[in-house]
Amino acid sequence: MHIYLPIAEMSVNIFLILGMGAAVGLLSGIFGVGGGFLMTPLLIFLGVPSPVAVGTEANQIVASSVSGVLAHWRRGNVDFKMGFMLLIGGFVGSTLGVYLFRWLQTLGQIDLVIKLSYVIFLGIIGGLMMAESVRAVMRARGKGHSRGRGKLHQHNWLHGLPFKMRFRKSKLYISALLPIGIGFFVGVLSAIMGVGGGFVMVPAMIYLLGMPTNVVVGTSLFQIIFVTANATFFQATLNQTVDVVLALLLLIGGVVGAQFGTKIGAKLKGEQLRGLLALMVLAVCGKLLMDLVLEPEDLYSIGAIGGH
Amino acid sequence: MASRAIRRGLASLGLALAVAGAAAGAYWFAPTPPPAQAAERLVADLDDHLVAITAGFTGTELLLFGSIDGEGEVVVVVHGPKEDVVVRRKDRVAGIWINRDDATFRGVPAFYHMAATADLQGLDLPETALSRHQIGVENIRLRLMPGQQAEGSESFAEALIRNKVRIGHYTRDPGVVEWRGGRLFRTTVLIPANVPVGTYTVETLLVQGGEVVSAQTTPLFVNKEGFGAQVFRAAHSYPAYYGLAAILIAGFAGFGANWIFRKL
Repeated sequence: MHIYLPIAEMSVNIFLILGMGAAVGLLSGIFGVGGGFLMTPLLIFLGVPSPVAVGTEANQIVASSVSGVLAHWRRGNVDFKMGFMLLIGGFVGSTLGVYLFRWLQTLGQIDLVIKLSYVIFLGIIGGLMMAESVRAVMRARGKGHSRGRGKLHQHNWLHGLPFKMRFRKSKLYISALLPIGIGFFVGVLSAIMGVGGGFVMVPAMIYLLGMPTNVVVGTSLFQIIFVTANATFFQATLNQTVDVVLALLLLIGGVVGAQFGTKIGAKLKGEQLRGLLALMVLAVCGKLLMDLVLEPEDLYSIGAIGGH
Repeated sequence: MASRAIRRGLASLGLALAVAGAAAGAYWFAPTPPPAQAAERLVADLDDHLVAITAGFTGTELLLFGSIDGEGEVVVVVHGPKEDVVVRRKDRVAGIWINRDDATFRGVPAFYHMAATADLQGLDLPETALSRHQIGVENIRLRLMPGQQAEGSESFAEALIRNKVRIGHYTRDPGVVEWRGGRLFRTTVLIPANVPVGTYTVETLLVQGGEVVSAQTTPLFVNKEGFGAQVFRAAHSYPAYYGLAAILIAGFAGFGANWIFRKL
């Protein structure tokens, strides 16, 4: 059964889209990641124009983050004050990101920038996760010696920045510029890559801000809702690249998949889980890298610039 | 004077009105075909003038049929709406393939299909006629945007056609117009699922002795209809409201999903 996507302007098999939503939802449930970084490349591989893939995925992430944050909120795992600070940066960053997106589109370089960003970030994150899980497996086999728990976080120049603020929930006293800066950076990424940015935000919160891990995911989800909503709004108004039909289909598959994924994830071991996710991230990264370095079948490509 | 003005008016409307007593072959040099004078020699129509792209649209096939009076070959040329197309060429920069040079073409038909009762050689048409009526993909008129360098644009023009063929908007090999009992002809035009929307023109030509002696233009409308069309229109006419609606829908869907699975 086919359905015509009004904005992507293509006809797709409805079950394929539902299935993709379910598969990515399942993975995001298992691994506790947003899944945008898998879904956007998948949509592009499927032939959805990359601006539409990015704009639509931002819209879908709004839904999955709302659904995800509620669970964390009930458990009190959201640091709202920190979330708002991240959000200030996120709003500015994602708005700027959409304008940047539009500018790159007119230059004909948007596909390149999307793919390059994916290769770089997936490469870094996938590599780090892989290294981490390999180390952990080695440790578990007793080859390495277990490190004792050190200080909650290290002090460095980042803690010398002005505009210090107290974040009770995160037990932190740091400069407000830090979360604003991180929020800004992730906002730009979110607009250009069509991701929530959790895979950058979460490590940044843990390693740069030194937030306790229990509030990291909830707080990250909380701000992702608003940043992706902002990106959705600007992609819709500036570029008209948000396909609500596609977003809804992905969403339906996604929420169902995520429910089963969470149950499966609970049964798997953390280290193996991280290794698997790392493999997957690196695979997507590899495929995109191939697209960039292998000589394309046709060196020429066409794009319409408005009809009459 | 007045009657000629009316005549011209009717002809430009594309109405195939037969007006007797004019030299048929002379219309060649007239700026705007089709000639009303020769219309009785050729009658053609589509089974449907409207292609509605609805939610379940997976492409369709249109039937073009008609009849001729006398001898001759029939050529059918389908043009989509005109659009500006930018063609980009990738170059290797630091090991990565990056779009470098580009050329923009103006008024390129978004869709092109051609069919005939004979192959191009069999039609025995001069180059001027082939290019005037844009018969065959090689003869599609590709004009550069003003201010663009003409030098080396041929490879970009070729690439444009190659890419259009690849995505199914152009057909390189002419289709077949079949004869049915002497004077009747018919052909099918395949409209793919990713067809561009807009107003198409279907030009049916009658070729006799290496000349186009008669032509008829039939419009074809490709529109989005139903729910999908409303979504598309909303997205383009009221982008801010559309964006807000998209966010609200996603937000409620998120709440809904959370609620449902908490109950289960």
